[in-house]
Amino acid sequence: MAVTWQIRWDPIRCGAHGYCAEILPERITLDDWGFPIISAEPIGTELEEHARRAVAQCPLLALKLERRSVGH
Amino acid sequence: MLATRRSLDPREPGPQWPPAQSGTACWRLLSGPAGPDAESLPDHLQRLGRRPTGGAWLVDVLDASNLRGRGGAAFPTGRKWRSVAAETNGDPVVVVNLAEGEPASFKDQTLGALRPHLILDGAALAVESVAASRAIVYVGRAHAAARDALRFAARERRRHKADECRFDIVDAPDRYVAGETSALVNRLNGGPSKPTMTPPRPHQVGVSGRPTLIQNAETMAHVALIARYGPEWFRQVGTPESPGTALLTVLGGVARPTVIEVDRGTTVGAVIDAVGGLTGAAQAVLLGGYFGTWVPAADAWNLRLDDQVLAGHATSLGCGVVLVLPTVSCGLAETARILRYLAGESAGQCGPCVFGLDAIASAMERAVHGRADASERDRLIRWAGQISHRGACHHPDGAVRLLNSALRVFERDLALHLGRRPCRYARVASTLLPPARGGTEWQ
Repeated sequence: MAVTWQIRWDPIRCGAHGYCAEILPERITLDDWGFPIISAEPIGTELEEHARRAVAQCPLLALKLERRSVGH
Repeated sequence: MLATRRSLDPREPGPQWPPAQSGTACWRLLSGPAGPDAESLPDHLQRLGRRPTGGAWLVDVLDASNLRGRGGAAFPTGRKWRSVAAETNGDPVVVVNLAEGEPASFKDQTLGALRPHLILDGAALAVESVAASRAIVYVGRAHAAARDALRFAARERRRHKADECRFDIVDAPDRYVAGETSALVNRLNGGPSKPTMTPPRPHQVGVSGRPTLIQNAETMAHVALIARYGPEWFRQVGTPESPGTALLTVLGGVARPTVIEVDRGTTVGAVIDAVGGLTGAAQAVLLGGYFGTWVPAADAWNLRLDDQVLAGHATSLGCGVVLVLPTVSCGLAETARILRYLAGESAGQCGPCVFGLDAIASAMERAVHGRADASERDRLIRWAGQISHRGACHHPDGAVRLLNSALRVFERDLALHLGRRPCRYARVASTLLPPARGGTEWQ
């Protein structure tokens, strides 16, 4: 019953500051214009702390951490 | 020229109602009097009789008819109505979407101008079926004939006390994305007609925070007939997967560019024949408009207008545009023009759309004019991958769909252009695409 997380990106708010990709390169890369591409791969406990920081550091509050699933 | 509605309606006098025949042209929505004028309420009632009263029964009937939305997304209509009716956060709002922002599409505005009462019948039925308290008709500012006809029709109905509800006719800005459902809701709530983040989706939280049923004008008109004649009647023409008729805008290299209503069991080639055939040899057909896909003419000819068949060929009918590209033109140049238009129609909110659409339009322009080498193709492919599904709405996805089909269908042309040998048609000003409606407002 593992809790996993996923980052939800709001492209309207996003200003391409890029902090998220620096903090969570395991799941976030940048496109050619500096906007984040979020991997569909779920975020497990080992990355949860980094994911929270990535979300918190966004100056425009364009990211949200959402609980994805609780086992099956 | 496609500048006026009249020129798009060279309908030959159609067969008399009810047109039970199954052929290519199949007048159901556009049955009745020929000519450029809107059908009056008395004429409409004399021809079709009064509409029944909507209710839960009609949602079941729509399910049985397998009617799907005709705005481009082909979502099952009965399912949409059911989900709106099931919401509990207040009385629903019904919106008829006649913001036909697509420059190559004329079918909704033609229907609005000729048969406004069919559309309003459908809207009134929707109000009754989902227990809505408000009905809005959202009409593109450029569609003057449709707007006037619908205004007049709404007044006629009030005078005749034809419906319990009244209709508010609201102007839509002439922008490509104005008809996108979240943009429509944004505008009706007093904001700009720009898309917003979903969820919540309009059927949950829409106009005035209420559950909102947004339905394309043609779809509403089909509802008006299905409510009267039943799902079996609707399915008498078309295919099991895509029953009924469809309004198409057929233009480009055809003898009589027009809006035509066809049996969905027919083929692209038969549709082109029905509008007088080709003006010259064709190389490709753009199906579905500016968000659509290029299909080589030879493949397109025998394609049935059935959603499953079209999906099997990586295409769809979308908003019903069939645009024929003659051999004496450059598919890449036309694609570049459409991409440039779509880039300009970005709402300017999401980075991948703002920067990405401009980038692919520019890259395609460089390729067209022989100012690029083979690496440009790689960039186009990379950008297409980076842009797709990265906006709040599907605007960038539509542009990428068009681009990907162009890269496939005009692959040989592209290789020649990238070898710095642009074709002779690349520099010729296009007369193929209708002029953009030119709106610059978001309000």
